[in-house]
Amino acid sequence: MDMLADSFPMLLRGLGITLLLGVVSFVLGSGLGALVALARISAFRVLRGAAIMFVSVFRGTPLLIQIMIIYFGLPQLGVQLEPVPSAILALSLFAAAYLSENFRGGILGVDKGQWEAASSIGMPYWRTFRRIIFPQAIRIATPAVGGRFIALMKDTSLASVVTVVELTRVAESIGNANFRYMEAFLMIGALYWLINTLLSVGQGMLERRLGKAYA
Amino acid sequence: MTKPPIELTGIRKAFGALEVLRGVDLSVERGEVVVLMGPSGSGKTTLVRCMNLLEEPDSGHVRICDCAFSCGTRSDRRGRARLMQRARQQTGMVFQQFNLFPHMTALGNVIEGPRQVRNLPMAEAVALGERLLDRVGLVDKRDVHPSRLSGGQKQRVAIARALAMEPEVVLFDEPTSALDPELHAEVLEVIQELAGDGMTMVIVTHETHFAREVADRIVFMDGGVVVEEATAEAFFTRPSKERVRTFLRLVDHSGALVDAPAPRVGEEAV
Repeated sequence: MDMLADSFPMLLRGLGITLLLGVVSFVLGSGLGALVALARISAFRVLRGAAIMFVSVFRGTPLLIQIMIIYFGLPQLGVQLEPVPSAILALSLFAAAYLSENFRGGILGVDKGQWEAASSIGMPYWRTFRRIIFPQAIRIATPAVGGRFIALMKDTSLASVVTVVELTRVAESIGNANFRYMEAFLMIGALYWLINTLLSVGQGMLERRLGKAYA
Repeated sequence: MTKPPIELTGIRKAFGALEVLRGVDLSVERGEVVVLMGPSGSGKTTLVRCMNLLEEPDSGHVRICDCAFSCGTRSDRRGRARLMQRARQQTGMVFQQFNLFPHMTALGNVIEGPRQVRNLPMAEAVALGERLLDRVGLVDKRDVHPSRLSGGQKQRVAIARALAMEPEVVLFDEPTSALDPELHAEVLEVIQELAGDGMTMVIVTHETHFAREVADRIVFMDGGVVVEEATAEAFFTRPSKERVRTFLRLVDHSGALVDAPAPRVGEEAV
């Protein structure tokens, strides 16, 4: 109990940083992922190619390597980022690659007849996308996107290698201080689990709400 | 305007190696009801989809009201897209699978075009939507989503949605084929009423009785060409081609047979 009381402020701070990394990267990653998904289904070959390349690179390499390249590698090119921005940048790019595929799946999962019905009443492409396709694509993509958010929350622990003092780093320092590694890591593990359980519950609620819009 | 609202000349369309339309000429006069019949794979669905350019022919000319297209020429993409939108606003389409927007209510489906494409004010669009839902007998379902409607009700909402653009022509692609038999009548009745009101329509259907009652002209297709064109009366009582007689024998005995492969009896005249 002493251990918990002593480290409580540190824990709270670590929790805050972990949530910051996860939420900000998810938001940025979603925005970028949506653009990549649109590029991937666009009629322009160059855009499609760029999107395919982006997804291939950021899904095909370990997140840890991406973080290290951004934090340790970029300074050689004169770009020096603080640890937290480095981690957020890497996590956002990584999430965008996966999320773009989730979004693309959602868009392609909407029945082709919906496009046809919209164009049969003379609706232009973008308006069809916004009014007809997007609302349905979101619903289809929600389970996969929710899963990706949870995975991203856990991936934030890799930010510890570039000295970001988030939960995992906090666990290490608590363990280092008193050699009670088991307790420290179990406690932090439980915290990740708690965060993600709450996210799952939220996702379930969102899915039910989106489902209601159809009945 | 005395020109026919729909005029197709020399329409050809292939999907890969499969030639679906092999030179079709067809025009539809104002106020006319044309029924397209023919065995599966004869090209009638593709033809009706060419009439609002959901399918773009490989070659030939399509004129939809005041919009004329020469197909097979790659020119001015943006101008073409705009022209296509205008053409589609003048033609309504009713699909086999309804294709209602599932995230919108019945009324929402009907007023989507008036609101988003015709830019009608909300009150006016709603008044129009309610009038049309009333016309298809579903005004009490205005706030219901498609998932709570029967197939027949869905198709009637889809008809109201097509009418909401106040089109010159309404195209029907097998409007009852996805419905249970007992639901056909409610949809066919609505179409028949439209015919009574003088709406120009092109209908792809296998329903012989309905076709006979509603059609001014029947166009029979097989193998991607028009094989016979006649008034409904003449088509059913004295078809001139053996192929048509065979087809009618098949569909008359059992509605289930209509999707059997094309009867390949008289291969003579194409």
